[in-house]
Amino acid sequence: MDEELNAQPVVESAAAPSPRVDGQSRTSQRDASMSVLSKLYYRYKKVLKVIRLFLIIAGPGIIVMVADNDAGGITTYTATGAKYSFHLIWFLILLGPVAYYVQEMTVRLGAVTKRGHAEAIFHAFGSFWGWFSLMDLVLLNWLTMITEFIGMTAALSIFGVPRLVTVLAAAVLMATMVIQGRYWTWEKAAMVFCVLNLIYIPAAFMIHPPLKQVLQGSLIPQLPPGGFTNELFFFLMANIGTTIAPWMIFFQQSAVVDKSLQEKDIAAGKVDTGIGAFFTVVVAAFCVILTGTLLPGQNIYDAGSAAAKFMGISKQLGTFLAIGLFDAGFLGAICISLASSWAFGEVFGWAHSLNNKVKEAPWFYAYYFFGILLAGTVVLIPRAPLVLITLFVQVIAVTLLPAALVFLILLLNNEETMGQFKNTRFQNIANITIVTLIVAVSTLYGISALFPNILK
Amino acid sequence: MILEFFKNTLSTVKSINRKYAHPQIKMTPAVKVSLLSLRLYLIFLVGILVYKFITMLR
Repeated sequence: MDEELNAQPVVESAAAPSPRVDGQSRTSQRDASMSVLSKLYYRYKKVLKVIRLFLIIAGPGIIVMVADNDAGGITTYTATGAKYSFHLIWFLILLGPVAYYVQEMTVRLGAVTKRGHAEAIFHAFGSFWGWFSLMDLVLLNWLTMITEFIGMTAALSIFGVPRLVTVLAAAVLMATMVIQGRYWTWEKAAMVFCVLNLIYIPAAFMIHPPLKQVLQGSLIPQLPPGGFTNELFFFLMANIGTTIAPWMIFFQQSAVVDKSLQEKDIAAGKVDTGIGAFFTVVVAAFCVILTGTLLPGQNIYDAGSAAAKFMGISKQLGTFLAIGLFDAGFLGAICISLASSWAFGEVFGWAHSLNNKVKEAPWFYAYYFFGILLAGTVVLIPRAPLVLITLFVQVIAVTLLPAALVFLILLLNNEETMGQFKNTRFQNIANITIVTLIVAVSTLYGISALFPNILK
Repeated sequence: MILEFFKNTLSTVKSINRKYAHPQIKMTPAVKVSLLSLRLYLIFLVGILVYKFITMLR
Protein backbone atom coordinates (compact mmCIF):
# COMPACT_ATOMS: atom_id res chain seq x y z
CA MET A 1 0.00 0.00 0.00
CA ASP A 2 2.74 2.33 0.87
CA GLU A 3 4.52 1.55 -2.30
CA GLU A 4 1.32 2.27 -4.32
CA LEU A 5 0.84 5.58 -2.61
CA ASN A 6 4.41 6.50 -3.13
CA ALA A 7 4.04 5.62 -6.80
CA GLN A 8 1.13 8.06 -7.34
CA PRO A 9 2.09 11.24 -9.13
CA VAL A 10 2.12 14.41 -7.07
CA VAL A 11 -0.34 16.21 -9.37
CA GLU A 12 -2.93 13.51 -8.81
CA SER A 13 -2.65 13.67 -5.07
CA ALA A 14 -3.06 17.42 -5.23
CA ALA A 15 -6.18 17.16 -7.37
CA ALA A 16 -7.93 14.58 -5.23
CA PRO A 17 -6.66 14.72 -1.69
CA SER A 18 -6.68 11.38 0.00
CA PRO A 19 -6.99 10.90 3.78
CA ARG A 20 -3.25 10.29 3.84
CA VAL A 21 -2.59 13.65 2.20
CA ASP A 22 -4.93 15.38 4.67
CA GLY A 23 -2.84 13.91 7.41
CA GLN A 24 0.30 15.14 5.70
CA SER A 25 -1.07 18.67 5.40
CA ARG A 26 -2.06 18.67 9.06
CA THR A 27 1.39 17.45 9.91
CA SER A 28 2.98 20.11 7.77
CA GLN A 29 0.72 22.78 9.35
CA ARG A 30 1.67 21.53 12.77
CA ASP A 31 5.31 21.52 11.67
CA ALA A 32 4.96 25.05 10.37
CA SER A 33 3.36 26.31 13.59
CA MET A 34 5.96 24.41 15.59
CA SER A 35 8.63 25.95 13.43
CA VAL A 36 7.23 29.47 14.06
CA LEU A 37 7.04 28.74 17.78
CA SER A 38 10.53 27.29 17.86
CA LYS A 39 11.80 30.28 15.87
CA LEU A 40 10.12 32.65 18.32
CA TYR A 41 11.50 30.69 21.26
CA TYR A 42 14.94 30.71 19.65
CA ARG A 43 14.74 34.45 19.13
CA TYR A 44 13.50 34.95 22.69
CA LYS A 45 16.40 32.90 24.01
CA LYS A 46 18.81 34.82 21.78
CA VAL A 47 17.50 38.20 22.95
CA LEU A 48 17.63 36.96 26.55
CA LYS A 49 21.21 35.82 26.00
CA VAL A 50 22.16 39.20 24.49
CA ILE A 51 20.53 41.06 27.40
CA ARG A 52 22.28 38.78 29.91
CA LEU A 53 25.60 39.29 28.13
CA PHE A 54 25.02 43.03 28.07
CA LEU A 55 24.21 43.10 31.78
CA ILE A 56 27.45 41.25 32.43
CA ILE A 57 29.50 43.62 30.28
CA ALA A 58 27.64 46.85 31.19
CA GLY A 59 29.22 48.93 33.90
CA PRO A 60 32.28 50.98 33.04
CA GLY A 61 30.47 53.10 30.43
CA ILE A 62 27.39 53.82 32.51
CA ILE A 63 29.42 54.49 35.66
CA VAL A 64 31.92 56.84 34.03
CA MET A 65 29.22 58.77 32.21
CA VAL A 66 26.93 59.16 35.21
CA ALA A 67 29.93 60.03 37.40
CA ASP A 68 30.69 62.75 34.86
CA ASN A 69 27.76 64.54 36.49
CA ASP A 70 29.91 64.99 39.58
CA ALA A 71 29.66 67.81 42.14
CA GLY A 72 31.32 70.25 39.71
CA GLY A 73 29.06 69.15 36.88
CA ILE A 74 25.88 69.51 38.95
CA THR A 75 27.03 72.99 40.04
CA THR A 76 27.56 73.99 36.40
CA TYR A 77 24.16 72.68 35.30
CA THR A 78 22.25 74.29 38.18
CA ALA A 79 24.04 77.61 37.53
CA THR A 80 23.26 77.34 33.80
CA GLY A 81 19.57 76.66 34.45
CA ALA A 82 19.26 79.49 36.93
CA LYS A 83 21.00 81.94 34.61
CA TYR A 84 19.53 81.00 31.23
CA SER A 85 16.41 79.03 32.13
CA PHE A 86 15.67 76.33 29.50
CA HIS A 87 17.39 78.09 26.59
CA LEU A 88 20.53 75.93 26.64
CA ILE A 89 19.07 72.43 27.11
CA TRP A 90 19.59 71.73 23.38
CA PHE A 91 23.28 72.50 23.86
CA LEU A 92 23.54 69.95 26.69
CA ILE A 93 21.84 67.36 24.49
CA LEU A 94 24.47 67.96 21.80
CA LEU A 95 27.19 67.23 24.35
CA GLY A 96 25.93 63.65 24.78
CA PRO A 97 27.33 62.38 21.45
CA VAL A 98 30.55 64.33 22.12
CA ALA A 99 31.10 62.43 25.37
CA TYR A 100 30.13 59.15 23.70
CA TYR A 101 32.59 59.50 20.82
CA VAL A 102 35.52 60.23 23.12
CA GLN A 103 34.75 57.54 25.69
CA GLU A 104 33.94 54.88 23.09
CA MET A 105 37.58 55.05 21.98
CA THR A 106 38.74 54.02 25.44
CA VAL A 107 36.57 50.88 25.25
CA ARG A 108 38.24 49.77 22.00
CA LEU A 109 41.72 50.71 23.19
CA GLY A 110 41.35 48.91 26.51
CA ALA A 111 39.73 45.79 25.08
CA VAL A 112 42.33 45.41 22.30
CA THR A 113 45.58 46.41 24.02
CA LYS A 114 44.66 45.20 27.56
CA ARG A 115 46.46 48.29 28.85
CA GLY A 116 45.14 51.20 30.87
CA HIS A 117 45.57 54.67 29.41
CA ALA A 118 48.59 55.54 31.56
CA GLU A 119 50.43 52.36 30.61
CA ALA A 120 49.40 52.80 26.95
CA ILE A 121 50.94 56.30 26.92
CA PHE A 122 54.17 55.08 28.52
CA HIS A 123 54.37 52.19 26.07
CA ALA A 124 53.60 54.13 22.92
CA PHE A 125 55.14 57.56 23.56
CA GLY A 126 57.93 56.84 26.02
CA SER A 127 58.67 57.87 29.58
CA PHE A 128 58.65 61.67 29.05
CA TRP A 129 55.02 61.83 27.97
CA GLY A 130 54.22 58.98 30.35
CA TRP A 131 55.48 60.78 33.45
CA PHE A 132 53.95 64.05 32.31
CA SER A 133 50.53 62.40 31.96
CA LEU A 134 50.78 60.39 35.17
CA MET A 135 51.92 63.27 37.37
CA ASP A 136 49.42 65.67 35.83
CA LEU A 137 46.67 63.10 36.35
CA VAL A 138 47.61 62.51 39.97
CA LEU A 139 47.62 66.24 40.76
CA LEU A 140 44.43 66.93 38.85
CA ASN A 141 42.59 63.95 40.33
CA TRP A 142 43.60 64.91 43.83
CA LEU A 143 42.36 68.49 43.33
CA THR A 144 39.15 67.23 41.73
CA MET A 145 38.65 64.82 44.64
CA ILE A 146 38.78 67.82 46.98
CA THR A 147 35.99 69.48 44.97
CA GLU A 148 33.95 66.26 45.26
CA PHE A 149 34.39 66.31 49.03
CA ILE A 150 33.41 69.99 49.05
CA GLY A 151 30.20 68.99 47.23
CA MET A 152 29.48 66.12 49.62
CA THR A 153 30.06 68.22 52.76
CA ALA A 154 27.97 71.10 51.34
CA ALA A 155 25.13 68.68 50.57
CA LEU A 156 25.00 67.09 54.01
CA SER A 157 25.55 70.41 55.82
CA ILE A 158 21.98 71.23 54.71
CA PHE A 159 20.85 68.49 57.14
CA GLY A 160 23.21 69.82 59.80
CA VAL A 161 25.77 67.04 59.38
CA PRO A 162 29.26 68.27 60.39
CA ARG A 163 32.00 68.18 57.76
CA LEU A 164 34.08 65.69 59.73
CA VAL A 165 31.22 63.18 59.90
CA THR A 166 30.54 63.51 56.17
CA VAL A 167 34.19 63.03 55.23
CA LEU A 168 34.58 60.03 57.52
CA ALA A 169 31.32 58.43 56.39
CA ALA A 170 32.22 58.90 52.72
CA ALA A 171 35.73 57.52 53.27
CA VAL A 172 34.42 54.46 55.11
CA LEU A 173 31.81 53.83 52.41
CA MET A 174 34.43 54.16 49.67
CA ALA A 175 36.73 51.76 51.50
CA THR A 176 33.91 49.24 52.05
CA MET A 177 33.16 49.20 48.33
CA VAL A 178 36.65 48.05 47.36
CA ILE A 179 37.83 46.09 50.36
CA GLN A 180 35.95 42.87 49.56
CA GLY A 181 38.30 42.20 46.60
CA ARG A 182 35.78 41.75 43.79
CA TYR A 183 35.44 44.07 40.81
CA TRP A 184 31.87 42.84 40.27
CA THR A 185 30.72 43.90 43.75
CA TRP A 186 32.32 47.32 43.41
CA GLU A 187 30.71 47.83 40.03
CA LYS A 188 27.22 46.85 41.13
CA ALA A 189 27.50 49.06 44.24
CA ALA A 190 28.59 51.92 41.98
CA MET A 191 25.59 51.23 39.73
CA VAL A 192 23.28 51.71 42.72
CA PHE A 193 24.78 55.17 43.22
CA CYS A 194 24.30 55.78 39.48
CA VAL A 195 20.59 55.05 39.87
CA LEU A 196 20.47 57.49 42.80
CA ASN A 197 21.92 60.15 40.47
CA LEU A 198 18.60 60.04 38.61
CA ILE A 199 16.90 61.64 41.63
CA TYR A 200 16.84 64.94 39.72
CA ILE A 201 14.24 63.47 37.35
CA PRO A 202 11.42 62.91 39.90
CA ALA A 203 12.45 66.17 41.58
CA ALA A 204 11.86 68.04 38.30
CA PHE A 205 8.46 66.35 37.82
CA MET A 206 7.45 67.41 41.33
CA ILE A 207 7.63 71.10 40.42
CA HIS A 208 5.58 70.80 37.21
CA PRO A 209 7.88 72.71 34.84
CA PRO A 210 6.36 74.53 31.84
CA LEU A 211 6.45 71.65 29.35
CA LYS A 212 6.12 73.78 26.22
CA GLN A 213 9.09 75.99 27.13
CA VAL A 214 11.15 72.98 28.18
CA LEU A 215 10.49 71.24 24.86
CA GLN A 216 11.29 74.44 22.95
CA GLY A 217 14.57 74.78 24.80
CA SER A 218 15.38 71.11 24.23
CA LEU A 219 14.49 70.73 20.57
CA ILE A 220 15.07 74.16 19.03
CA PRO A 221 18.65 75.48 19.07
CA GLN A 222 18.40 79.04 20.31
CA LEU A 223 20.30 81.73 22.15
CA PRO A 224 18.98 83.11 25.42
CA PRO A 225 17.49 86.63 25.43
CA GLY A 226 20.38 89.07 25.23
CA GLY A 227 22.14 87.10 22.50
CA PHE A 228 25.72 85.92 22.46
CA THR A 229 27.53 87.60 25.33
CA ASN A 230 30.87 86.93 26.98
CA GLU A 231 29.06 85.55 30.00
CA LEU A 232 27.10 83.12 27.81
CA PHE A 233 30.35 82.04 26.18
CA PHE A 234 31.79 81.37 29.63
CA PHE A 235 28.79 79.21 30.53
CA LEU A 236 29.05 77.27 27.26
CA MET A 237 32.75 76.66 27.93
CA ALA A 238 32.01 75.51 31.48
CA ASN A 239 29.42 73.02 30.21
CA ILE A 240 31.80 71.64 27.59
CA GLY A 241 34.54 71.53 30.23
CA THR A 242 32.43 69.34 32.49
CA THR A 243 31.51 66.97 29.66
CA ILE A 244 34.96 65.47 29.19
CA ALA A 245 37.49 65.30 32.00
CA PRO A 246 40.89 63.58 31.85
CA TRP A 247 40.05 61.18 34.66
CA MET A 248 37.17 59.77 32.59
CA ILE A 249 39.52 58.59 29.85
CA PHE A 250 41.91 56.96 32.32
CA PHE A 251 39.09 55.49 34.41
CA GLN A 252 37.09 53.82 31.66
CA GLN A 253 40.09 52.32 29.89
CA SER A 254 41.44 50.87 33.15
CA ALA A 255 37.95 49.61 34.13
CA VAL A 256 37.63 47.87 30.76
CA VAL A 257 40.98 46.17 31.37
CA ASP A 258 40.16 45.27 34.99
CA LYS A 259 36.87 43.79 33.84
CA SER A 260 38.80 41.74 31.24
CA LEU A 261 36.63 42.84 28.33
CA GLN A 262 37.69 41.26 25.05
CA GLU A 263 37.45 42.37 21.43
CA LYS A 264 34.14 40.50 21.09
CA ASP A 265 32.71 42.63 23.93
CA ILE A 266 33.44 45.94 22.22
CA ALA A 267 29.95 46.22 20.70
CA ALA A 268 28.31 45.75 24.11
CA GLY A 269 30.86 48.13 25.63
CA LYS A 270 29.81 50.76 23.10
CA VAL A 271 26.13 50.27 23.98
CA ASP A 272 27.08 50.57 27.65
CA THR A 273 28.83 53.87 26.92
CA GLY A 274 25.92 55.08 24.77
CA ILE A 275 23.40 54.39 27.53
CA GLY A 276 25.67 56.18 29.99
CA ALA A 277 25.92 59.20 27.67
CA PHE A 278 22.12 59.26 27.41
CA PHE A 279 21.69 59.31 31.19
CA THR A 280 24.37 62.00 31.58
CA VAL A 281 22.45 64.28 29.27
CA VAL A 282 19.10 63.44 30.88
CA VAL A 283 20.37 64.24 34.39
CA ALA A 284 22.06 67.44 33.16
CA ALA A 285 18.86 68.55 31.41
CA PHE A 286 16.72 67.87 34.49
CA CYS A 287 19.13 69.87 36.68
CA VAL A 288 18.67 72.79 34.30
CA ILE A 289 14.89 72.31 34.32
CA LEU A 290 14.87 72.40 38.13
CA THR A 291 16.76 75.65 38.56
CA GLY A 292 15.30 77.12 35.38
CA THR A 293 11.81 76.68 36.83
CA LEU A 294 12.38 77.66 40.44
CA LEU A 295 15.38 79.99 40.44
CA PRO A 296 15.24 81.80 37.07
CA GLY A 297 17.55 84.77 36.68
CA GLN A 298 19.47 84.04 39.86
CA ASN A 299 23.22 83.65 40.13
CA ILE A 300 24.17 80.26 41.55
CA TYR A 301 27.79 79.80 42.56
CA ASP A 302 27.57 76.29 43.99
CA ALA A 303 25.06 73.45 43.96
CA GLY A 304 24.98 73.40 47.76
CA SER A 305 23.50 76.89 47.91
CA ALA A 306 21.00 75.89 45.20
CA ALA A 307 19.89 72.93 47.33
CA ALA A 308 19.59 75.24 50.37
CA LYS A 309 17.41 77.64 48.34
CA PHE A 310 15.23 74.72 47.26
CA MET A 311 14.92 73.71 50.90
CA GLY A 312 13.32 77.11 51.52
CA ILE A 313 10.79 76.45 48.76
CA SER A 314 10.03 72.80 49.54
CA LYS A 315 11.70 70.65 52.15
CA GLN A 316 11.20 67.50 50.11
CA LEU A 317 12.69 69.11 47.00
CA GLY A 318 15.66 70.47 48.91
CA THR A 319 16.24 67.01 50.40
CA PHE A 320 16.16 65.44 46.93
CA LEU A 321 18.69 67.95 45.64
CA ALA A 322 20.99 67.56 48.61
CA ILE A 323 20.93 63.76 48.22
CA GLY A 324 21.63 64.19 44.51
CA LEU A 325 24.58 66.48 45.18
CA PHE A 326 26.05 64.11 47.78
CA ASP A 327 25.62 61.21 45.39
CA ALA A 328 27.23 63.17 42.53
CA GLY A 329 30.25 64.02 44.68
CA PHE A 330 30.50 60.46 45.96
CA LEU A 331 30.31 58.90 42.48
CA GLY A 332 32.94 61.32 41.23
CA ALA A 333 35.19 60.57 44.19
CA ILE A 334 35.05 56.76 43.84
CA CYS A 335 35.82 56.89 40.14
CA ILE A 336 38.55 59.52 40.35
CA SER A 337 40.37 57.82 43.21
CA LEU A 338 40.29 54.54 41.31
CA ALA A 339 41.51 56.17 38.10
CA SER A 340 44.65 57.36 39.93
CA SER A 341 45.26 54.04 41.69
CA TRP A 342 44.86 52.06 38.48
CA ALA A 343 47.20 54.41 36.61
CA PHE A 344 49.91 54.13 39.28
CA GLY A 345 49.49 50.36 39.50
CA GLU A 346 49.83 49.95 35.73
CA VAL A 347 53.00 52.00 35.50
CA PHE A 348 54.72 50.80 38.66
CA GLY A 349 53.81 47.19 37.95
CA TRP A 350 51.88 46.73 41.20
CA ALA A 351 49.00 44.28 41.36
CA HIS A 352 46.20 46.71 40.55
CA SER A 353 42.92 44.92 40.14
CA LEU A 354 39.78 45.30 42.21
CA ASN A 355 39.67 41.50 42.03
CA ASN A 356 42.75 41.43 44.27
CA LYS A 357 42.37 41.32 48.02
CA VAL A 358 44.09 44.05 50.03
CA LYS A 359 46.88 41.62 50.93
CA GLU A 360 47.45 40.79 47.26
CA ALA A 361 47.59 44.41 46.06
CA PRO A 362 48.72 46.43 49.12
CA TRP A 363 50.22 49.37 47.20
CA PHE A 364 47.18 49.74 44.96
CA TYR A 365 44.82 49.94 47.93
CA ALA A 366 47.26 52.00 50.01
CA TYR A 367 47.36 54.60 47.25
CA TYR A 368 43.57 54.51 46.95
CA PHE A 369 43.02 55.08 50.70
CA PHE A 370 45.80 57.67 50.87
CA GLY A 371 44.19 59.68 48.06
CA ILE A 372 40.80 59.66 49.78
CA LEU A 373 42.20 60.65 53.16
CA LEU A 374 44.39 63.39 51.73
CA ALA A 375 41.53 64.96 49.78
CA GLY A 376 39.11 64.62 52.70
CA THR A 377 41.58 66.20 55.12
CA VAL A 378 42.00 69.33 52.98
CA VAL A 379 38.25 69.99 53.17
CA LEU A 380 38.47 69.82 56.97
CA ILE A 381 41.23 72.42 57.22
CA PRO A 382 39.70 75.67 58.49
CA ARG A 383 39.93 78.48 55.94
CA ALA A 384 41.44 76.17 53.28
CA PRO A 385 41.58 78.00 49.92
CA LEU A 386 38.76 75.94 48.42
CA VAL A 387 37.88 78.53 45.75
CA LEU A 388 41.51 78.63 44.64
CA ILE A 389 41.53 74.81 44.48
CA THR A 390 38.43 74.82 42.24
CA LEU A 391 40.16 77.35 39.98
CA PHE A 392 43.28 75.21 39.92
CA VAL A 393 41.26 72.20 38.79
CA GLN A 394 40.18 74.11 35.69
CA VAL A 395 43.72 75.24 34.92
CA ILE A 396 45.43 71.89 35.48
CA ALA A 397 42.72 70.11 33.48
CA VAL A 398 43.63 72.30 30.52
CA THR A 399 47.21 71.04 30.64
CA LEU A 400 46.25 67.36 30.71
CA LEU A 401 43.08 67.09 28.66
CA PRO A 402 44.56 67.99 25.24
CA ALA A 403 47.46 65.58 25.77
CA ALA A 404 45.19 62.71 26.86
CA LEU A 405 42.85 63.28 23.91
CA VAL A 406 45.62 63.58 21.33
CA PHE A 407 47.28 60.41 22.65
CA LEU A 408 43.91 58.66 22.48
CA ILE A 409 43.44 59.49 18.80
CA LEU A 410 47.03 58.60 17.91
CA LEU A 411 46.75 55.26 19.72
CA LEU A 412 43.44 54.51 18.00
CA ASN A 413 45.13 55.08 14.63
CA ASN A 414 47.99 52.71 15.36
CA GLU A 415 47.23 49.81 13.03
CA GLU A 416 49.94 47.60 14.54
CA THR A 417 48.16 47.40 17.89
CA MET A 418 44.54 48.15 16.97
CA GLY A 419 44.23 46.10 13.77
CA GLN A 420 40.61 46.04 12.55
CA PHE A 421 39.52 48.12 15.56
CA LYS A 422 41.49 51.22 14.55
CA ASN A 423 39.56 54.41 13.87
CA THR A 424 37.67 54.52 10.60
CA ARG A 425 37.80 57.61 8.41
CA PHE A 426 34.42 58.76 9.75
CA GLN A 427 35.49 58.16 13.36
CA ASN A 428 38.66 60.15 12.75
CA ILE A 429 36.77 63.06 11.24
CA ALA A 430 34.27 63.05 14.12
CA ASN A 431 36.86 62.56 16.83
CA ILE A 432 39.42 65.04 15.51
CA THR A 433 36.67 67.67 15.17
CA ILE A 434 35.47 66.99 18.72
CA VAL A 435 38.98 66.98 20.17
CA THR A 436 39.91 70.22 18.39
CA LEU A 437 36.75 71.85 19.72
CA ILE A 438 37.30 70.58 23.26
CA VAL A 439 40.97 71.63 23.28
CA ALA A 440 40.15 75.12 21.98
CA VAL A 441 37.25 75.66 24.37
CA SER A 442 38.91 74.16 27.45
CA THR A 443 42.01 76.29 26.79
CA LEU A 444 39.87 79.43 26.62
CA TYR A 445 38.06 78.27 29.77
CA GLY A 446 41.35 77.75 31.59
CA ILE A 447 42.69 81.12 30.48
CA SER A 448 39.45 82.85 31.50
CA ALA A 449 39.73 81.16 34.91
CA LEU A 450 43.23 82.65 35.27
CA PHE A 451 42.28 86.05 33.86
CA PRO A 452 38.58 86.56 34.71
CA ASN A 453 38.40 89.95 32.94
CA ILE A 454 39.69 88.69 29.62
CA LEU A 455 36.19 87.89 28.31
CA LYS A 456 34.47 90.97 29.72
CA MET B 1 63.10 53.11 56.71
CA ILE B 2 62.05 56.33 54.93
CA LEU B 3 65.43 56.46 53.20
CA GLU B 4 64.96 52.88 52.05
CA PHE B 5 61.50 53.72 50.72
CA PHE B 6 62.88 56.60 48.64
CA LYS B 7 65.77 54.43 47.41
CA ASN B 8 63.35 51.72 46.31
CA THR B 9 61.08 54.24 44.63
CA LEU B 10 64.02 55.81 42.80
CA SER B 11 65.22 52.45 41.53
CA THR B 12 61.66 51.59 40.40
CA VAL B 13 61.44 54.90 38.55
CA LYS B 14 64.78 54.18 36.89
CA SER B 15 63.61 50.74 35.79
CA ILE B 16 60.37 52.26 34.42
CA ASN B 17 62.43 54.79 32.49
CA ARG B 18 64.57 51.99 31.06
CA LYS B 19 61.50 49.92 30.17
CA TYR B 20 59.84 52.79 28.34
CA ALA B 21 62.97 54.50 27.03
CA HIS B 22 61.93 54.15 23.41
CA PRO B 23 58.45 55.04 22.14
CA GLN B 24 56.84 51.99 20.54
CA ILE B 25 54.46 53.89 18.28
CA LYS B 26 55.46 54.24 14.64
CA MET B 27 56.72 57.81 14.25
CA THR B 28 54.72 58.85 11.21
CA PRO B 29 54.64 62.52 10.19
CA ALA B 30 51.19 62.84 11.78
CA VAL B 31 52.48 61.51 15.11
CA LYS B 32 55.55 63.79 14.98
CA VAL B 33 53.46 66.88 14.18
CA SER B 34 50.97 66.02 16.95
CA LEU B 35 53.68 65.59 19.57
CA LEU B 36 55.43 68.80 18.48
CA SER B 37 52.13 70.69 18.64
CA LEU B 38 51.53 69.31 22.13
CA ARG B 39 54.95 70.48 23.30
CA LEU B 40 54.36 73.98 21.89
CA TYR B 41 50.91 74.08 23.45
CA LEU B 42 52.28 73.13 26.85
CA ILE B 43 55.09 75.67 26.59
CA PHE B 44 52.43 78.31 25.81
CA LEU B 45 50.39 77.25 28.85
CA VAL B 46 53.41 77.24 31.16
CA GLY B 47 54.26 80.73 29.85
CA ILE B 48 50.77 81.94 30.75
CA LEU B 49 50.97 80.38 34.21
CA VAL B 50 54.37 81.97 34.87
CA TYR B 51 53.02 85.34 33.67
CA LYS B 52 50.02 85.00 35.99
CA PHE B 53 52.28 84.07 38.90
CA ILE B 54 54.55 87.07 38.31
CA THR B 55 51.63 89.50 37.98
CA MET B 56 50.09 88.09 41.16
CA LEU B 57 53.34 88.68 43.06
CA ARG B 58 53.40 92.29 41.90
